Amino acid sequence: MKAITAENIVKSYPAKKTAVYALNNVSFAVDQGEIFGLIGPDGAGKTSLFRILTTLLLADTGKATVDGFDVINDYQNIRNRIGYMPGRFSLYQDLSVQENLEFFATIFNTSIQENYALIKEIYEQIEPFKTRRAGQLSGGMKQKLALCCALIHKPSVLFLDEPTTGVDAVSRKEFWEMLYRLKAQGITIMVATPYMDEAGRCDRVALIQKGKLLSVDTPNGITGAFNKPLWSVSANNMFGLMNDLKKDPAVESCFPFGQVHHVVFKGRENGRAKLDEIVGRGNYNQVTIKAIKPNIEDCFMALMRE
Amino acid sequence: MRMLKFLLWKELLQIYRDPAIIRILFIMPMIQLLILPLAADYEIKNINLGVVDHDHSEYARQLVNKIVSSGYFRLKDYSAGFPQALKAIESDRTDLLLEIPAHFGRDLVKDNQSSLLVAVNAVNGVKAGLGGAYLQGIIQNYNQEIRAQWIPEQRFEPQSVIEIVSADWYNPHMNYRVFMVPGILVMLVTMIGSSFAANNIVREKEMGTIEQINVSPIKKMQFILGKLIPFWMLALTVLTIGLLIARLVYGIVPLGHYSTIYVFATVYLLAILGLGLLLSTYAQTQQQSMLVSFFVTMIFNLLSGLYTPIESMPGWAQLIARFNPVSYFIEVMRMVMLKGSGLDDIKYQILALIGFAIFFNSWAILSYRKRSG
Repeated sequence: MKAITAENIVKSYPAKKTAVYALNNVSFAVDQGEIFGLIGPDGAGKTSLFRILTTLLLADTGKATVDGFDVINDYQNIRNRIGYMPGRFSLYQDLSVQENLEFFATIFNTSIQENYALIKEIYEQIEPFKTRRAGQLSGGMKQKLALCCALIHKPSVLFLDEPTTGVDAVSRKEFWEMLYRLKAQGITIMVATPYMDEAGRCDRVALIQKGKLLSVDTPNGITGAFNKPLWSVSANNMFGLMNDLKKDPAVESCFPFGQVHHVVFKGRENGRAKLDEIVGRGNYNQVTIKAIKPNIEDCFMALMRE
Repeated sequence: MRMLKFLLWKELLQIYRDPAIIRILFIMPMIQLLILPLAADYEIKNINLGVVDHDHSEYARQLVNKIVSSGYFRLKDYSAGFPQALKAIESDRTDLLLEIPAHFGRDLVKDNQSSLLVAVNAVNGVKAGLGGAYLQGIIQNYNQEIRAQWIPEQRFEPQSVIEIVSADWYNPHMNYRVFMVPGILVMLVTMIGSSFAANNIVREKEMGTIEQINVSPIKKMQFILGKLIPFWMLALTVLTIGLLIARLVYGIVPLGHYSTIYVFATVYLLAILGLGLLLSTYAQTQQQSMLVSFFVTMIFNLLSGLYTPIESMPGWAQLIARFNPVSYFIEVMRMVMLKGSGLDDIKYQILALIGFAIFFNSWAILSYRKRSG
């Protein structure tokens, strides 16, 4: 049995006279015990999809199941077995860490003791502050507490909506390590993130853009599907270089990527020679040109253009 | 049951944690109860009087003396002619103008009758109406006295006179506070019931915590009861404080039984809290719920019979007042406090309130959705 399935989900919001499609015919399936990433920019429809799967929102059309239960007819069963961590911190800021945890344990008809083993490792990190009010915790600790609260009833599927947005690099790494430990306990995790670099940490990812899934595959599968040579170019005048590259008719795309530009050519010609030629035309120093392997972001950019 | 207990615990803990709410809930009503009944009095005093005396007779002087010594009027202007006196009204120095015509005294003696002119500034309606009535009463009284002076006791009364002696039942001294304090108390309980409860739920919407509750298996009923009961308890506490203030500060001891008030308040609060819940299911932000509950409670209070009797309102307003829970509570409070009514006397009002409670709460429960379309 699949942990999550979605078939032809459509959700539109009324906007003036037309309708804006937040989700347009979205279908996918998530295996049990998988970390499934939903990667897409802001406004791609990630949160709408999450809210439909967590039974908070009704889709216009389409079918979805979570843990084998239908999101419309069996929503009560789903609510008992999922954990949901919304993108915005939404615990009671005026209750302490421990009180929040107790509260969420109680409304799921359980107690902290019953499932303490599951949250032990995470909870131990915030335990020194258990009498502190949740509103006074640091960003990283808030995320840990929110994760504890989402886990306290031992859900079989965990939905995390942008759990690492606004969290520092170290805490992000820690957070992903926690997710791996949860996965080891057999929990299916669906995580949404706008960060492409986090995609590589998932078992499988779905790239979403403007309500449509562009591709659903393993990270390697997605980068493997990128079938053209990719070049990384850098020089002293990066802005001028970007303009020159974009002007050349043979160049299909050129994106700034940190310190370098990523360039793809239209045809199958010799990219190295073509790049030397473009750079040679301008007045550039410290030029480095390298053939590189594509990452998820390159694939995403390419898929968006199609 | 355990879940409900925990919801209540959480709600009370949150209220207790917010010192501002505690302060607003307890200090605000106390101050209102201590200030409003003393200041907002219906008795009009210090009415500024202007007099135009064309007569200068002893009778005229006696009349003016009598008016000023009544305590309600202050002689502010003594003009030679009507135009000047009218100027005084226009410039707001006087509220009322009494013109005594020339030969007032002479006519009174000779013809047994004379006339006076009273002009009232009616910008402030209450002041004008009551001031005019007071003045008329004093003049009539004066008339009686003169008549008594002139007409020696006769065996056959030439003229039959009906004298009216009135007794004020239930509030023998027409003590304004006895009448007003219970009403103000009702207003306070209403405000707490409707706006605090509404704001509380809307705050959960704003903070996003309601989403966390919505994905949980918690029942709609449990959630709503978990919100109703704490505020019901708070409002009853405020009512108790208010009744204590009424007793200790104003010496108002209800003729009826306190338990009658509490029984009615219990039902009343269910209706008002239901209204608050209903507002909260439609409002998205605390500003919205604040403004709407302010609007609703203001209309309820003004049409409640607290300030002006419902019986003197136009027909359509009386109809609105019949659908106004506040008017029932004010009526019951006054009945129990002043007349000593028991449960049997207020059964009609209780039934009406049960109707309101069912109406508001079921509408609120029906429109509260754990998920959106």
